[in-house]
Amino acid sequence: MVEKAGSQAAQAVADPEIETKAKKIRPEQMVKDPGLDETIKRLTPEQIESVIKRVLTKETAARLRVYLDTCVHCGLCAEACHTYLSRDRDPEYSPVAKVKNTLWEIVKRKGKVDGEFLKNASRIAFTECAVCRRCSMYCPFGIDIAYLLIVVRRILNLLYVVPAYLQDTTNSHAVTMNQMWVQEDEWIDTLQWQEEEARMEMAKARIPLDKEGADIMYSVIAPEPKILAQLINYMAQIMTVAGMDWTMPATDGWDNSNMAMYSGDFETMGRVERQHYETAFRLKVKKIVMGECGHAFRGAAYDGPKWLVWKHPPVPLIHAVEFYYDLLKTGTIKIAKKFPEPTTVQDPCNIVRGKGLGKKLRYVMNALCEDFRDVNPRLEHNYCCMAGGGTINCGPPWTRSRMVSNKVKAEQFKATGAKIIVTPCHNCHSGIEQLVSFYKLGMHVKFISEILVECMEVPQHLKV
Amino acid sequence: MDDLMETLGAIKTTVAVNSASVGDTWDWETAEKRIADLLEIRGRFAEVHEVTVSADGEKIAAPVKTDDGNFTACVNGEVWPEMFELLWYLKFSPDGKLTALTKSDDQWTIAVDGECWEEKFEYIWNTQFSADGKVIAAQAKREMDYLIVVNGAVWSNIFVSTRGLAVSNDGRKVAAVVQAVPLKEADIFGFLEGTWTLAVNDKKWDRNFINVYRPTISPDGRHVAAEVRLDICEYTVATDGEPWQQRFGCVWEPLFRGNQSLLAPVRVDGNWTLAENGRLIWKGAYNQLWYQRFSPDGSRIAAVVSPAFGKWTIAVDDKLWKKTYNDAVLEPFFSPDGRRVAAIVKDQNRWTIAVDGIPWTETFDMVWNPVFSPDGNDVIAKVNKNGRFTIALNGRAWRRDFEAVWEPVFSPDGTKVLVKAVEDGKYYRRVVPIQELMG
Amino acid sequence: MYEFARGPLVWIALLVFAGGCLYRLVWMVRAAKQDKVVIPYMSWKYGLRSLLHWIVPFASRNMRLHPVMTVVTFVFHICLLLTPIFLLAHNVLWQQSWGVSWWSLPSRLADVMTVAVMAGGIFFIGRRLRLPEVRNVTDYSDYLLIAVVLAPFVTGFIASQQWFAYRTMVILHMWTGALMLMAIPFTRLSHMLYFIFTRMYMGSEFGAVRNAKDW
Ligand code: HEM
Ligand code: HEM
Ligand code: SF4
Ligand code: SF4
Repeated sequence: MVEKAGSQAAQAVADPEIETKAKKIRPEQMVKDPGLDETIKRLTPEQIESVIKRVLTKETAARLRVYLDTCVHCGLCAEACHTYLSRDRDPEYSPVAKVKNTLWEIVKRKGKVDGEFLKNASRIAFTECAVCRRCSMYCPFGIDIAYLLIVVRRILNLLYVVPAYLQDTTNSHAVTMNQMWVQEDEWIDTLQWQEEEARMEMAKARIPLDKEGADIMYSVIAPEPKILAQLINYMAQIMTVAGMDWTMPATDGWDNSNMAMYSGDFETMGRVERQHYETAFRLKVKKIVMGECGHAFRGAAYDGPKWLVWKHPPVPLIHAVEFYYDLLKTGTIKIAKKFPEPTTVQDPCNIVRGKGLGKKLRYVMNALCEDFRDVNPRLEHNYCCMAGGGTINCGPPWTRSRMVSNKVKAEQFKATGAKIIVTPCHNCHSGIEQLVSFYKLGMHVKFISEILVECMEVPQHLKV
Repeated sequence: MDDLMETLGAIKTTVAVNSASVGDTWDWETAEKRIADLLEIRGRFAEVHEVTVSADGEKIAAPVKTDDGNFTACVNGEVWPEMFELLWYLKFSPDGKLTALTKSDDQWTIAVDGECWEEKFEYIWNTQFSADGKVIAAQAKREMDYLIVVNGAVWSNIFVSTRGLAVSNDGRKVAAVVQAVPLKEADIFGFLEGTWTLAVNDKKWDRNFINVYRPTISPDGRHVAAEVRLDICEYTVATDGEPWQQRFGCVWEPLFRGNQSLLAPVRVDGNWTLAENGRLIWKGAYNQLWYQRFSPDGSRIAAVVSPAFGKWTIAVDDKLWKKTYNDAVLEPFFSPDGRRVAAIVKDQNRWTIAVDGIPWTETFDMVWNPVFSPDGNDVIAKVNKNGRFTIALNGRAWRRDFEAVWEPVFSPDGTKVLVKAVEDGKYYRRVVPIQELMG
Repeated sequence: MYEFARGPLVWIALLVFAGGCLYRLVWMVRAAKQDKVVIPYMSWKYGLRSLLHWIVPFASRNMRLHPVMTVVTFVFHICLLLTPIFLLAHNVLWQQSWGVSWWSLPSRLADVMTVAVMAGGIFFIGRRLRLPEVRNVTDYSDYLLIAVVLAPFVTGFIASQQWFAYRTMVILHMWTGALMLMAIPFTRLSHMLYFIFTRMYMGSEFGAVRNAKDW
């Protein structure tokens, strides 16, 4: 569930100064979460040991072992992590410390760990690491610490010691193949409703449902039909202006998000991704274009296919940023008037470190905005939003801790002096909205499509 | 013209026609029939949506929107008399009836050849047919209750939710994946107790599972099976509510071979293999295995497998095709005599078909399922290249191409092919001698 | 004592070192096969691209963020690797034993390099004591490791300066040198073996799979 509880968290702390605000909160205190507190009561030592043994011997191999053997405990990865930087360089938040407090112990004690240990491990692996992989760019050996923490998550998933909100999201995936318990009828109904909405803005705008043989299948994440349905109609308008032959599925497989990937339920992750690509096969599309979401890109482009053993997506997968870039670069869509307000951008980890789309994103930003103010550090080196990796899906109990863990992000945005933050990712979007209200940044968060729809040139025959 | 292309883009037959057994009663004599002038139809309405063609090619239909903003279906140029607020999901049943999901006065139902079912719903979707087209089933919702509707009659059981529907070949069994127990919001413990089951002909299985996926029905319609999830990471297959004794790390959809034997891909120690009624029957341990299919007499098994990370091929009776493909291999099809196997394969983003392990040399922007001739010697498929559609025979595209084509069907004697195509905005049903396709 | 150290010990040390390294590499390749994605993801182009950015000083952002550390670690490692190989004293021994020899470092330079390694080691110890993020993940084994690495340099240096008990120092040197060699494959010093592979794998995953830079 993408929760929108930022404003509540902000009210709890009234101090406007970013510095002092972050300092006041001692996040180490354990938050109450039935996914951790209750589940550990059901575990037996044998169960814990056998699950750990299974994961360490059957489900992992070279990477885990070599990474553990190679790490020289040099602490150079600390610099990478926004949680460490945001918490005034608290050493317990350095990437290697997160591994030390989880995997090192698990391996050292050969799986003989107790419920309290697992609860703490769960807090660390799920709520203090966004598996953003910035640290693997800072470790001189390129040790993939995010991978190590995902191994911890896998163990915790098999023991069901997962923050309750995140687990519920995974359960939704398992049942509905989407992230937010969206029922089959609700999905189709929403698309039909959004088609109508689009038509109020643009003549002939359509959302062709289940159209076999279309060039493009457009897939989104479940928060779109559930709470941000207008985004679907924006895309309908963009597709209409661009003259694309596109479709959206009327069956499961429309949701490209994947929180099971982050909770460690790889079987469900694989099932969801299989459904996504099978739907593309069924519709005979030449490519999949997906909405503005980063983790969904990761799930659909890498983690899902990897588990299903596709080396790359079996149907080309185009992230919205790349799609917009192509439309603007080729002049398929022209800009009538640029967006006037000072605007900055969030580089979503999973499409920037995950697909190198940073430069294309900047092309799009410059094409759309009169006053684009870049962030620093940027591109691959940008800070994570601390909402991705399943962290925001851990729900309201953890919001405050996440906010404190991302002070650097707030400072980074503040330094740009922009009024608008563009986030081509749903997790970034929700997380940064919370951040803006928590740190009282007075900024607004938008998706690219919102600006594109406002600024694009609409041909005369499509005007209503 | 672009608009026309958009309309023609959607190409749909209601049943996959992949063997020569269908079509005995169809017209295989008339060489060419001009069924409808799509340009003319387009001119008559404010909007014409995606077109659909019946299996025998005799009818072409599309949802149309009239100038006053109402919807109806237009079949071979004739409109249904009734008008609707919305009409979509046009599907021809295998026996040629045209069905649509329709909305009037904010109520949804199914219209069959223009006649609406009496029962109306808050929503209705996923029209499914028996093989003979006599049974039409769908999922529906009314006041937050989820329902199954069969030929217009609603099951007495109501559900918290439904997902997935299967109709047996003879239409006597309808199975639906249903949520039997309500779940409080974010109740992660209740979820593990099991809230899902299968309902068959309005009767639920005795037992609930954490999840139930992809039901399948035996050819004689007596047994229903599905994937079931028993624990966080423990899966198996259940037949008529009884799970297999054996448990697996994961399973994919089962399929009946004959009426007693049930086969499913299962994951053991991180690798996939094939199990029959719970017992492992293939020695191969694959990175992936799915789409197990059987020769018509059930003696041979083909499946899509991955022998190495990122490499895909077909295994027939646990023996691999030599060549592997990097992008994907789709479901295998046996020839009617069970001798040969063909499948869609994709490499470097180019699609083609491989028959008995040997890929066609020509590649395409898209290919549709391979269709064997009755004697198994020829394979044809609909293909798309450079924006045009045609039929390829044994790897060679026909010299003629079209704005749109539907999947081809062999005549029962195998000498002719039914080609349903749009040319210059007009829809033609043609019966083409096989020699002609070679030219 | 000297005879044993000069003779069999050297052999044992070299055999354990070479055999151990080989064993660890074979083990790694086996495990990599089990870890299905590793080998298919490997890319020479992107692997080497990444390697290059991490063996050239200041070619990565993190090196620029820690200039002192970067200088120290490069000097430390270069001296650590080159000194024993091109040391005149070692060359002479090789010459005696196997009849091979090559260019030798001027002894002055060798002394300086040895001191550099020792200074580097002391810097690393200081870092471990002073920087909270390093101290937090440090235990006795980390100091022990540095000690094992420094020991042959300290003893070799003392011996070469002939400050006291030359013969004892040389024997001690040979033992500590042997110990260090043998420790490489079986401790975290195996980072020497794995560096190329972990780096190239990450470079491949970033470059070939994810179209991004990792430096
Ligand atoms: C196990 C076999 C080894 C033997 C037999 C050996 C032998 C010697 C000898 C005879 C000397 C010369 C002392 C002098 O100047 O009179 C020496 C110096 C030295 N050795 Fe070794 N050594 C061994 C291993 C190592 C290793 C493994 C290292 C480091 C990695 C090392 C580093 C040095 C250094 C740094 C010096 C002193 C250089 C200087 O300041 O002049 N040795 N060694
Ligand atoms: C050619 C191969 C080698 C490479 C690429 C390499 C690389 C590294 C790197 C990247 C570090 C991390 C921290 C830093 O930058 O200082 C490190 C630390 C270290 N290396 Fe190496 N190394 C190599 C060989 C060796 C050898 C042969 C030894 C000694 C036998 C050694 C001893 C050490 C020690 C003791 C540290 C730890 C410093 C600390 O405690 O913070 N290295 N090495
Ligand atoms: S949050 Fe990102 S930088 Fe920090 S430990 Fe996790 S993956 Fe590494
Ligand atoms: S930078 Fe790499 S080697 Fe150093 S402590 Fe972090 S993970 Fe270990």
